[in-house]
Amino acid sequence: MVDIYTKPKISVAQIVLLFSILVLVVVVGIPVILIFLTAFFEDGKLNIPGFVQILKDPDTYQALWNSLVIAFGTTLVSTTVGVFFAWLVARTDLPFKKTMKALFLVPFMLPSFIGALAWKVLLSPRAGYINKFLMALLGLENAPIDIMSMGGIIVIESMYLFPFVFLQVESALERMDPTLEESARISGAGLLTITRKITLPLVLPSILSGALLVALYSLAHFGVPAILGTEKGIYNIPTKIYERIYSSGGSFRAIRVGTILSTILVISAALILKAQDLLLKKGKYQIIAGKSMRPMLLKLRALRTPLLIVSILYIGITVILPTVTIFLVGGLKTYGLSFELKNLTWANYLEIFRWKMTKDAIWNSVYLSLGAALVTMLAGTMISYVIVKSRPRGKFILELLGVLPFSLPGTVIALGVILTWSGRFGINIYNTPWIIFVAYVARYMAFSLKSNSAALQQVSDSLEEASRACGATHFQTLKNIVLPLIRPGMISAFFLIFLPALRELTTSVLLYGPTTRTIGVAIYALNEDGETVRAAALASVALIIILVGETSIRNFLARLQKQE
Amino acid sequence: MSEIEFRSVSKSFRTKKVLENLSFTIRPGECFTILGPSGCGKTIVVRLIAGFETPDRGTIRIGTTTVADGSKGYALPPENRNIGVVFQDYAVWPHMTVLENVLYPLRMQKVPKEEALQRAKMAIQQVNMEGLEDRLPYQLSGGQQQRVALARALVSKPAILLLDEPLSNLDANLREEMRFEIKELQKSTNSTLLYVTHDQEVALAISDRIAVMNEKGEFQQVGTPEEVYDQPANPFVFRFLGIANFIPVHARDGKTFLASSAKEFLPLPDTVQKAEGTSSGKFLAACRPMEVELSHTSGPLEGKVVRKALLGPIIDYRIDLGGTVVRAQLQTEEGSMKGLIFEEGDSCRVGFSRLLWFPGNGEGEVTHG
Repeated sequence: MVDIYTKPKISVAQIVLLFSILVLVVVVGIPVILIFLTAFFEDGKLNIPGFVQILKDPDTYQALWNSLVIAFGTTLVSTTVGVFFAWLVARTDLPFKKTMKALFLVPFMLPSFIGALAWKVLLSPRAGYINKFLMALLGLENAPIDIMSMGGIIVIESMYLFPFVFLQVESALERMDPTLEESARISGAGLLTITRKITLPLVLPSILSGALLVALYSLAHFGVPAILGTEKGIYNIPTKIYERIYSSGGSFRAIRVGTILSTILVISAALILKAQDLLLKKGKYQIIAGKSMRPMLLKLRALRTPLLIVSILYIGITVILPTVTIFLVGGLKTYGLSFELKNLTWANYLEIFRWKMTKDAIWNSVYLSLGAALVTMLAGTMISYVIVKSRPRGKFILELLGVLPFSLPGTVIALGVILTWSGRFGINIYNTPWIIFVAYVARYMAFSLKSNSAALQQVSDSLEEASRACGATHFQTLKNIVLPLIRPGMISAFFLIFLPALRELTTSVLLYGPTTRTIGVAIYALNEDGETVRAAALASVALIIILVGETSIRNFLARLQKQE
Repeated sequence: MSEIEFRSVSKSFRTKKVLENLSFTIRPGECFTILGPSGCGKTIVVRLIAGFETPDRGTIRIGTTTVADGSKGYALPPENRNIGVVFQDYAVWPHMTVLENVLYPLRMQKVPKEEALQRAKMAIQQVNMEGLEDRLPYQLSGGQQQRVALARALVSKPAILLLDEPLSNLDANLREEMRFEIKELQKSTNSTLLYVTHDQEVALAISDRIAVMNEKGEFQQVGTPEEVYDQPANPFVFRFLGIANFIPVHARDGKTFLASSAKEFLPLPDTVQKAEGTSSGKFLAACRPMEVELSHTSGPLEGKVVRKALLGPIIDYRIDLGGTVVRAQLQTEEGSMKGLIFEEGDSCRVGFSRLLWFPGNGEGEVTHG
């Protein structure tokens, strides 16, 4: 008997598990618990009446109600628009389909608060360029369109959220088994009847799941209501939380109100995610089997060109118009001047890179999102590995904690981070970049886990075992087999974090200090201070960074995929 | 070339017992097959030897080394066991070329580059894959991937080669070809080989010894292919090695009667009476369809053809012996030469060229049909 190895009391796998749990507990577990504790307990005692009282306060009650109305309206509009365009692209003989499909996803790239800023410039009742133009044209006394209203918020949010529905429904329609429709056709049903009675019901799960995503986003959305609503006294939950905390200089009372509203957000988000989960499980109709064959296309005939024009106009109005507006306003010598060449100057853009506040903001955003993306990606890889691959006891705690980040809106994370890292546990990083960094890690952990575990599930256990049998240690196996195989998943996790973090507003706006503004915060603050031109100039720079980033990354990922 | 010994090994997952007190020895240089239905725990045996699982109780020894001791919690990590494994899904690494896949074990063992390259090329040659060294796995067929997996398992000259259903994803022709290649490779490399399968043909074709395992993870019989096929220890083994007829009978003083209709059946042979020490009780008479002899006139029993199916070179009959139906097969050519072609509904005489007698009624072991 030689060479006997004793299993150590605590194996490497268990250390990694413990470390993973620790990361999730510190980053998301404690903040969430503190939010609930602060919301329900006062002076160490359970205080339900206090909780209810705050919800009953007309001010907070109104914010709750607005959030609901905006979420509902946005979901309705986005779903209608999304389903219509999805059907147009997937099921009709619309010309230039591929290009149109790509164009319909562009609104994803445009940060919605920048879009809102542009629309405010165009359609604000007082100074909106379009309003002024229409008033002059039609001789009106009052502005015909008021974008700074509930309706305006709903429409603008829908413009930038409808791709969620479009994406889901379009792919479902494309992958649908055409024989289902063909057999209806053989039975004598007309194409419109088939669309109404067969196609739409079959893709209903995808429609609903896209709609729920929109609802989830809209309910907790900060940017658009902040830019279009705050001035007019229209608040939703996130903007109300921000307003309370900001106006009271971060008082505990304001934070407590925030936690109570956050609790409502978290519960709603959890319910929405649960509903979506049920839907996708149940909704696995046989239709989404295999690759697409050739679906039956509706011939648009005379409507072909008009519908193409409608689609192009839609893109033009929702994407190109606001983008151009931002660039033009950013170049104005003074806000309010007309867009004539003599009123425009490059100086504004150059100033962005000279002026300390904007220069700092760009730098802060870049290094914070790079750092957060890197750390979150690596932590997510480790945690996903433990969840997907190893089966130590206590794994379920990890799985539970791993799902948590999915249902945490940005505002809630910011509050949780404030509660956790403002000295309660001996560490005070409030007003430093670190608190934003920690918040980003918490906020984007969900993305990293999703991307990494999807990649890891593709790596079958036998690939690892084969390596062990070949004489490789566990560590060598990770390095030689697992990491190379999940690299695409890790890289996409990195960019899934880096790009949104670069333009993040919701979380950072609650956490920034005098020297730690991010791009989003800086644009928002400039707008608040009435520095519309500077806000637009910075937004233009941000748009260029985002555009270059998105395209180069997309190309890179496409190339990576081809290699695999 | 190493001996493998299981001593009272038990393994369960949560509440499901997979192996209970399993003991056996695989001799050095032997080709040993575990044959059993899917889900019976035979894969676990491979995983225990490889070190992917640890036994709950009992010890596993490879050569002179105890590689796992359940009660003491000893387990030698897989990488230190000097084994080669071929997986059911091949497990060829998709990001490495054929050559890189085969080189990997040598790289891990820090074999000098020149020598490693030479050995890898040789292994690739052994599995007839020359010229495809620079392909990536997705450019290979299933059979080719299987060969890569085999070359990778062989290249480091492991003392033990473990193959877990390596042929089940291949088509019939390829399967036949590969099983001879595996046998050849084992002979030339002289390693101890454990082969796990549910396919009795492969098992009979390549093994030095076969262990037949039942659903509960128990070995029913261990022996050479001839022993297991000719002298099955029980109805389970008999049934698992081919199409089986089971005729349940009651014996009284050496005479037997069909359990289904009390019609008299063939007498219990003296040897069986002696071996079992009784001439009465329940028995199962068993035979292969080829061992059923049909005729128009001579034969101890009367039967009726209930179904006839021509399967090309073979004719397959179902014969009713009086409530008990048996399958009979004969060569089509022989049948037509001797005028033994029956039609459905015909009466015939039935005899058996060979009958095996198992005591008991085989309950829980045999599904009657």
